[in-house]
Amino acid sequence: MSLAEKALTGKLPFRMGTINWFKYSSPQTFFPLAGKMIPLFAVAALLLCGAGLYIGFFVAPTDATQGESYRIIFIHVPAAWMSMFIYLVMAFWAGLGLVLNTRLSSMMATALAPTGAMFTFLALWTGSLWGKPTWGTWWVWDARLTSELILLFLYLGFMALQAAIDDPRRADKAGAVLAMVGAVNIPIIYFSVKWWNTLHQGASVSLTSSPSMAKTMLLGMLIMALGFWMYSIAVVLSRVRCVILERERHTEWVGQYLGAKR
Amino acid sequence: MNWGSWSEFWAMGGYGLYVWGSYLVTLVFMATEVVLLLLRRNSIMDFLARMPRNHYGRIRDEGET
Repeated sequence: MSLAEKALTGKLPFRMGTINWFKYSSPQTFFPLAGKMIPLFAVAALLLCGAGLYIGFFVAPTDATQGESYRIIFIHVPAAWMSMFIYLVMAFWAGLGLVLNTRLSSMMATALAPTGAMFTFLALWTGSLWGKPTWGTWWVWDARLTSELILLFLYLGFMALQAAIDDPRRADKAGAVLAMVGAVNIPIIYFSVKWWNTLHQGASVSLTSSPSMAKTMLLGMLIMALGFWMYSIAVVLSRVRCVILERERHTEWVGQYLGAKR
Repeated sequence: MNWGSWSEFWAMGGYGLYVWGSYLVTLVFMATEVVLLLLRRNSIMDFLARMPRNHYGRIRDEGET
């Protein structure tokens, strides 16, 4: 049977041509799909982080001005990128959940927040440990550091607000407003090193100019960033599965899913 | 290869405290997140396994048979 025939007779899980994008937008159909994807992303994360660390410590040369202290870059920059990227994804899903009233979108936002908060803290922590030997201080109130700290408070505020409201759907709506308003902070973080005179250095890697660092250093950093990305997907998918089960525990499909597993 | 020996590797050119302080805390946070998620999953699965369900798979209300 050809692909087209299968599609016409409904033997494919989705319709070719007009893909039914909404098939996986319900928690019930997304739950098993997410379960299948987690191991793939987890393995990818382990392999990429392993390769990235190897390049970072054993291939990339010592920095001419900073010595070995620069090796913090291999986790600092990926963590900082993830902290901003996850926030945008979280605000996107929260906003979509608010507009379309789709449960799964809001659950995705809820599942993303703790991982985003963790990467924000790690960006601040590793930045502090890098700042001490290079700038001579653990912390300064410059625009980059301050706006990143505000990002941490936005994540924590989102989580606290959602935790404080008993009705999950109302918690979703309140959280979505906070997440979307807070999204204005992301371009502020990103461009802070351009707009203000910061102690933090400008971007070493940007879309518009060639990177100002050695090729192996850049390679190690990008591979680590990919590894952190895969880690985030694996962790967030497994958290959204927990959220789905917690919120939908009363439904028939959860009962049938558990019955089928036994 | 950048390092002549393991002690040179751990010393990180005198920046060991900063470099390993960064990597260790990152590792601990990421590992803890994974462990917390496994615990959370186990606890919701345990809860769901204990809930009595009716014929349709819905959690039984009080008094329902």
